[in-house]
Amino acid sequence: MSGHSTFEPKHPALKWFESRLPLVGLVHSSFVAYPTPRNLNYWWTFGGILSLMLGVQIISGVVLVMHYTPHVTLAFDSVEHIMRDVSYGWLIRYIHANGASMFFIAVYIHIFRGLYYGSYKNPREVLWILGVIIYLLMMATAFMGYVLPWGQMSFWGATVITNLFSAFPVVGPTIVEWLWGGFAVDNPTLNRFFSLHYLLPFMIAGVVVLHVWALHVVGQNNPAGVEPKSPKDTVPFTPYATIKDGFGMVCFLIFFAWFLFYIPNYLGHADNYIPANPLVTPAHIVPEWYYLPFYAMLRAVPDKLGGVLTMFGAILVLFFVPWLDTSKVRSATYRPLYKQFFWIWLVACVGLGWLGSKPAEGGYVIAGRILTVYYFAHFLIILPLLGLFEKPKAIPASITEAVLGKKKGAAPASVGVSAPQTKG
Amino acid sequence: MSNTMSFRSSLLRPLAVASLVLGLAGPALAQEHGAPKPHREDWSFAGPFGKFDRAQLQRGFQVFKEVCSSCHSAHLFAFRNLAQPGGPEFSEAQAKAVAESYQIQDGPNDAGDMFDRPGRLSDHWPSPFPNEQAARASNGGAYPPDFSTLAKARTYEVGFPGFLIDILTQYQEQGPDYIHALLNGYKEPPEGFTVPEGAHYNEYFPGHAIKMPQPISDDQVTYTDGTPQTVDQYSRDVTAFMMWVAEPHLEARKRIGFQAMIFLIIFAGLLYFTKKKVWKSVEH
Repeated sequence: MSGHSTFEPKHPALKWFESRLPLVGLVHSSFVAYPTPRNLNYWWTFGGILSLMLGVQIISGVVLVMHYTPHVTLAFDSVEHIMRDVSYGWLIRYIHANGASMFFIAVYIHIFRGLYYGSYKNPREVLWILGVIIYLLMMATAFMGYVLPWGQMSFWGATVITNLFSAFPVVGPTIVEWLWGGFAVDNPTLNRFFSLHYLLPFMIAGVVVLHVWALHVVGQNNPAGVEPKSPKDTVPFTPYATIKDGFGMVCFLIFFAWFLFYIPNYLGHADNYIPANPLVTPAHIVPEWYYLPFYAMLRAVPDKLGGVLTMFGAILVLFFVPWLDTSKVRSATYRPLYKQFFWIWLVACVGLGWLGSKPAEGGYVIAGRILTVYYFAHFLIILPLLGLFEKPKAIPASITEAVLGKKKGAAPASVGVSAPQTKG
Repeated sequence: MSNTMSFRSSLLRPLAVASLVLGLAGPALAQEHGAPKPHREDWSFAGPFGKFDRAQLQRGFQVFKEVCSSCHSAHLFAFRNLAQPGGPEFSEAQAKAVAESYQIQDGPNDAGDMFDRPGRLSDHWPSPFPNEQAARASNGGAYPPDFSTLAKARTYEVGFPGFLIDILTQYQEQGPDYIHALLNGYKEPPEGFTVPEGAHYNEYFPGHAIKMPQPISDDQVTYTDGTPQTVDQYSRDVTAFMMWVAEPHLEARKRIGFQAMIFLIIFAGLLYFTKKKVWKSVEH
């Protein structure tokens, strides 16, 4: 898509460098000349927002590590030392703690946008799969990061989640001991989680490079779901996308600042301000909000191994979405039935999240079971069948037509169901 | 245009369904906790422009020093904090005088012996017991929690939809509300409730049987500024003090937050109009 760079250095020194390593040309072709569909809406700014959040987390995290002590007797107090005695330590620590939640809010919007507009479909399957891998890495990173302050929820969250692996027959207990580095969550666990928590973000950054590379090979999807066919369908990344992404990022930062400065502990747990105590179990062990839907699924299944498999399956199923969705039309805009099922599924996810924060008893469990079944049915039954039975609306012939048709208020002309897979 | 319209209407329908489903599960929650919800108090430090009341923090410190600290530690709280901006803001001489009234163990000296010396500003608040076991032995088996982060370590379930409204109203004073309610929650047990040996009935404590006896009564601490000497007033003052101990930079956070917000909103406005100008000639 990006093709050869149109960048031609003028300065002799730059010419010399460019002929040896075309770095500036690469940046130019990726972030300046790169053709981006003209009809992208604000949901598309979350890719840029996610890159920003990864940067924020890495930079604030690197500073936190300068003051943090990974030891069971010192970790809690060292975090409080950051909050009290390090210059602007409270700011850096609250940025990092709330930044993790913001990162997940952005990634969920990004994933939902991809599902709504069919961004996972041919030819973007690899792009989608790389995204799911990033999401998995984010979950692992965030989980280990939450353990580091060594509060009650850190300790008991780590105990519950690592214990999940004991559900696997024969090798389960061995895996758990291997994860712990002992016979309980203790100092070796904290140390290895600290090490991995520092490592994984750089692995995420690596996969993000692949994700962006794949994006630049196949090009961006867009709300119309048809590929750009002529230069009229696209605009150069700079200034069009850069200014729009920039505006989106600053708006997101306002949302971030609201939590960071005014309700910095809203998204955390009060129990995590109690130092970890292996002898006292909190009344309710609840993971961070971004895991709650999966936590609800885990507890919806009466069998431990079944629950663990269901939970992992809920993420694994995302890898197969490009092939489970049989519809040839990408965008939900032109899929009247899928559009409705998408929103129902989204509400089911939110409902699961709410149930995950509740104790596993009575009506909560029953509701959790119904929604868990529905979550899987959406992917395994509804998506494959919809493609066969749904009668899509007429899709526009081109992005330009979609844009102009929308402006005039007229229905876009019909050109048939399957959009040709051209690479603009 | 029609695109965004259908987007919105299809968003609202399932949400209405969801609120119905969620509403059904509500009553189960109310039955689960026997304790009533603490009343939401009017804290000076709440809200976007909240600040601690210096006089209140000074009174709260007095209550802590004369009453609470005989059982509760606050090991992250240092004497120097008493004089730092955003706190009770005692003068440095006052903070020093407080520090010097305590004997702090130091050492070992050149002879290898531990010794006691008067406290300094850099010292942390001395704990009333040498270790957890000693604290439990003196308190009927219960361990009086450390005050350092306690005001942030307590909360109560707000429930739906209150927990969403709290985001908009920026209410996060559940911890202080709970502590205030607890200190005023000592009552005669209702009929049929047997309070275990060595415990006391408290309306707001989970399970109602708390090992801490009612810690303070009217006129126990003598205020010099004419503030009413009631349990309610004492508990407000000491709770505000505990909140400050748990979050000493709260005022700086809100002040910088407001500056950051102003900057971000103006920046967003400029970007919006720049974006509008850039996209002017392109229909999208």
